[in-house]
Amino acid sequence: MALLEIRNLSKVYQRDSQMITVFEGIDLDIEAGEFLVLMGPSGSGKTTLLNLVAGLDKPTAGTISVGAAEVTEMSPRQLAAWRSRHVGFIFQLYNLLPVLTAYQNVELPLLLTHLSKSERREHVMTVLEVVGLSDRADHYPRQLSGGEEQRVAIARAVVSDPTVILADEPTGDLDAKSADEVLTLMQRLNGEFNKTILLVTHDQRAAERGHAVMHLDKGVLTG
Amino acid sequence: MAIPVIYNLRSVRQRPVSTLFTALGMGLVVLVFIAMMALSRGFRSALVATGSRENVIVVRSGADSELISGLGRETAQTITGMPFVARTPDGRPLASPEVYVLVSLERLGGGDALVTARGINPEAFQVRKNVRIIAGRMFNPGAPEILVGENIVGRFAGTEVGGVISFANRDWTVVGHFAAGGSAFESEIWGENEQFMPAFRGEVFQSLTFRMRDSGAFQSIRQTLEDDPRLPVDAHREYDFYANQSYLLTRILSFAATFIAGIMAIGAIFGAVNTMYAAVSARAPEIAVLLTLGFRPLGVLGSFLFEAALIALLGGLLGCLFSLPLNGIVTSTTNWQSMSEVAFAFRVTPELLLRGIGFALVMGLVGGFFPAVKAARQPVVQAARQGTIA
Amino acid sequence: MKYARLVWVNMTRNKRRTVLTTLSVAAALFLFVSLRSVNTTLADAREVGSESRMVTRHAISIVFYLPESYYQWLVTVPGVRSVSWADWFNGIYRDPRDFFPNFAVEAESYLAMYPEMVIPEDQKRAFLDERTAALVGSGLMERFGWTLGQAIQLRSPIWAPDREWPFTIRAVYTPTNPSFGDALFFFHYDYLYEGTSRRAQPGWYVLEIEDPALAAAVAETIDEHYRNSQAATKTETERAFQTGIVTMYGNVGFLMNAIGLAVFFAILLLAANTMMMAARERTSEVAVLKTLGYSDRLLFALVLAEAASITLIGGLLGVFGAKLAFEGTGFQGLGLLPNFQVKWATATAGMAIALCLGLASGIVPAWQAARLPVAETLRRVG
Repeated sequence: MALLEIRNLSKVYQRDSQMITVFEGIDLDIEAGEFLVLMGPSGSGKTTLLNLVAGLDKPTAGTISVGAAEVTEMSPRQLAAWRSRHVGFIFQLYNLLPVLTAYQNVELPLLLTHLSKSERREHVMTVLEVVGLSDRADHYPRQLSGGEEQRVAIARAVVSDPTVILADEPTGDLDAKSADEVLTLMQRLNGEFNKTILLVTHDQRAAERGHAVMHLDKGVLTG
Repeated sequence: MAIPVIYNLRSVRQRPVSTLFTALGMGLVVLVFIAMMALSRGFRSALVATGSRENVIVVRSGADSELISGLGRETAQTITGMPFVARTPDGRPLASPEVYVLVSLERLGGGDALVTARGINPEAFQVRKNVRIIAGRMFNPGAPEILVGENIVGRFAGTEVGGVISFANRDWTVVGHFAAGGSAFESEIWGENEQFMPAFRGEVFQSLTFRMRDSGAFQSIRQTLEDDPRLPVDAHREYDFYANQSYLLTRILSFAATFIAGIMAIGAIFGAVNTMYAAVSARAPEIAVLLTLGFRPLGVLGSFLFEAALIALLGGLLGCLFSLPLNGIVTSTTNWQSMSEVAFAFRVTPELLLRGIGFALVMGLVGGFFPAVKAARQPVVQAARQGTIA
Repeated sequence: MKYARLVWVNMTRNKRRTVLTTLSVAAALFLFVSLRSVNTTLADAREVGSESRMVTRHAISIVFYLPESYYQWLVTVPGVRSVSWADWFNGIYRDPRDFFPNFAVEAESYLAMYPEMVIPEDQKRAFLDERTAALVGSGLMERFGWTLGQAIQLRSPIWAPDREWPFTIRAVYTPTNPSFGDALFFFHYDYLYEGTSRRAQPGWYVLEIEDPALAAAVAETIDEHYRNSQAATKTETERAFQTGIVTMYGNVGFLMNAIGLAVFFAILLLAANTMMMAARERTSEVAVLKTLGYSDRLLFALVLAEAASITLIGGLLGVFGAKLAFEGTGFQGLGLLPNFQVKWATATAGMAIALCLGLASGIVPAWQAARLPVAETLRRVG
């Protein structure tokens, strides 16, 4: 059985009186340890799919399960608790809290656990080491470059050791060199730390780093 | 060139909740200010309206209120016989030697109050032009009958026409109500001086009030009276005498109004500062455009000050609106200078409303000043860049 | 507590705004505490009166005097342990604005009846032995910088208005209970009597009764006895008498409460406005925290905690600012509010109000944060 199973997934929006179908009847399986890249033009519903997997949005029909968890069956409270343990989310615009240092940003998900202060410190410093920013722990986001910010965001996504990492155009706002660093880092996470990754992008360079590439266009998913 | 007002109106409309909250907050400050001032004004005007500039009140020398005064019958007769006292067409002096005492009556709704009981003679209604009977009739000489001022009707038991009030070991029948132009007389009980005298303190009046034949001659009349070795008296213009009794409480109320409204204003100004800073940062791109188009920083400053004033004006108007229902509400307190109960009405005057609006505008302009300066000083480039991020 | 930093960085994100809001809450609480203390001071004034002492005054009103001869009979009334009498002197020191209450009393019996006044034994002797001696409260001594043995003069518009009345301060009392007041001035009735060519009469009698339960019977006996005399009486417990005087202030309590309510709502509007502005600026951050697994409930609590922190800090400043300001300046409301003080109960109530302000101003933004639709918000921002 796959780690992530999407069955017959549909999403329909209502805008004014018009019904807009994003996609209909999508099926997708992702095995544990896989690095899947999902491509498609903007507006094709890639981000919507990611949000549904993370339980941030409700599908119109269909089911999603991650491991033993039935994402589409959970209450908002259960979803929040589940997300904190099993999902790491990476955004195009990094979305770090500007008032917190790199260290404090990475620590945020750990505040939801029962870890002690010193245990949290150990985890945070470990992941900052992995992303190569341990010397930047006390810097604020505005003191970091875009690539560094995204690496901090990646550290934040993996610090609680989630089951699956969801990345939404993580290189979309970066120059070529930074994008390369970020993608290399994600490959390492997948290869060295055996993280399951679902990466959404329309950047061809990003697509080349995954094990497999799928396309989502006009609501249809093709391999 | 001035920045069109429409920018401000639109900005105010774009943040309706924030604008309304700020304006309402200021409105409440204005309401409290107006209410306190209306209380102070109402009290003062009741006492100011009590005395007339054409009358003289004579009390024992050194007495600052009628309560602690005392005048013998002869003293009163000597004064009323003097040539400067005005007379009725049939030759009687326009003068009222009066008994003044405080009687302890129970307020309806609990608690005692000291109510002024004033023994007058029938001329009193001519000496005091503003007094007239509005219900029932005048008391009959020689009878235990009294008149009740309209402001205490319904505040004490037995004050209705036909009712009975007991004091000084006797029952007094209320035969009428009188009005006195909103003055403190309306908080008094009036009876005949010859009836009150034996009932209270015996053969002594507390004051003598008379109409001057020539009201311009007050200084010389006063001189004549106070220099007369037979007369141990002080003479005051009636107007000044009662107005002076309002001094203490008016001062306290005005102090309280300033203190309370002043502190509330600090809070409201800080609120306005927050709102205006938010308005300035929300419109950074717009300011940049205006500045690049060649509008002068001073224009930007003026524009934001205008916007702050607009919000304040709204608040001021709301405060005025809230305060209007207070006008005319009658309340009462003890005037510690005379120890007597005085009922009076809140007076919300147009002038007070204008002061309330002025107060709001000051709050708005003070609160809007620093944000407006910030807007005017904003470098064009920075404003434009903030714009792209926002 | 681990979330404290998150609350703190959000508060300090726009320092100017937070500081201004905190100060406006402080101003409001300062005002609330001041208004409330006016009410508690008046309420305390009613409590001064004892249930085991009674006051007999003229039936018409307190401004009429009673004959001295009543004393002889009053001491014989069953249930009455001792009798004293007093007069309102209305003495003015320097200027009417320096008002303080002063009384002529039948000293020996009066002091015996008021154990609330603690006086050193030698001073008490010195006071009782000298006709022009005065007994002064410690607070009043401090207010005018008087010293024991100092000679002062009062004028009285009621009693012989043409003359000055010289006194020598011979004794200082401290009250056992602060609400009794430490700003009163007493002297000998005999001095008043002689100084007015024997025209003075008792303004009221104070009776000490054997048992508070006898109060109604004693009052009935006395008032019935004098019903048809030239000076009928009204007898009531000292507490009822004091309450009567306090109610003469009129509806001060209502006025203070009404203003307090207006202040509360004005500041609530301003604080709520600030919290909404603050919350609006960080909707995207709330959405991000939700993707990290922060629950709606936690985010709700974090916003409320932020609002409450601001108002509680403002509350501390305002409440204790008021306490210090009034205690430091010895504010007495121009003499009309003796023993004005900010009680701990009032301070506590003030802090409770501050907390309410915080919760009420934070509730809407907190609810909005909890309800925030993540996917939509992120799409709008991204």
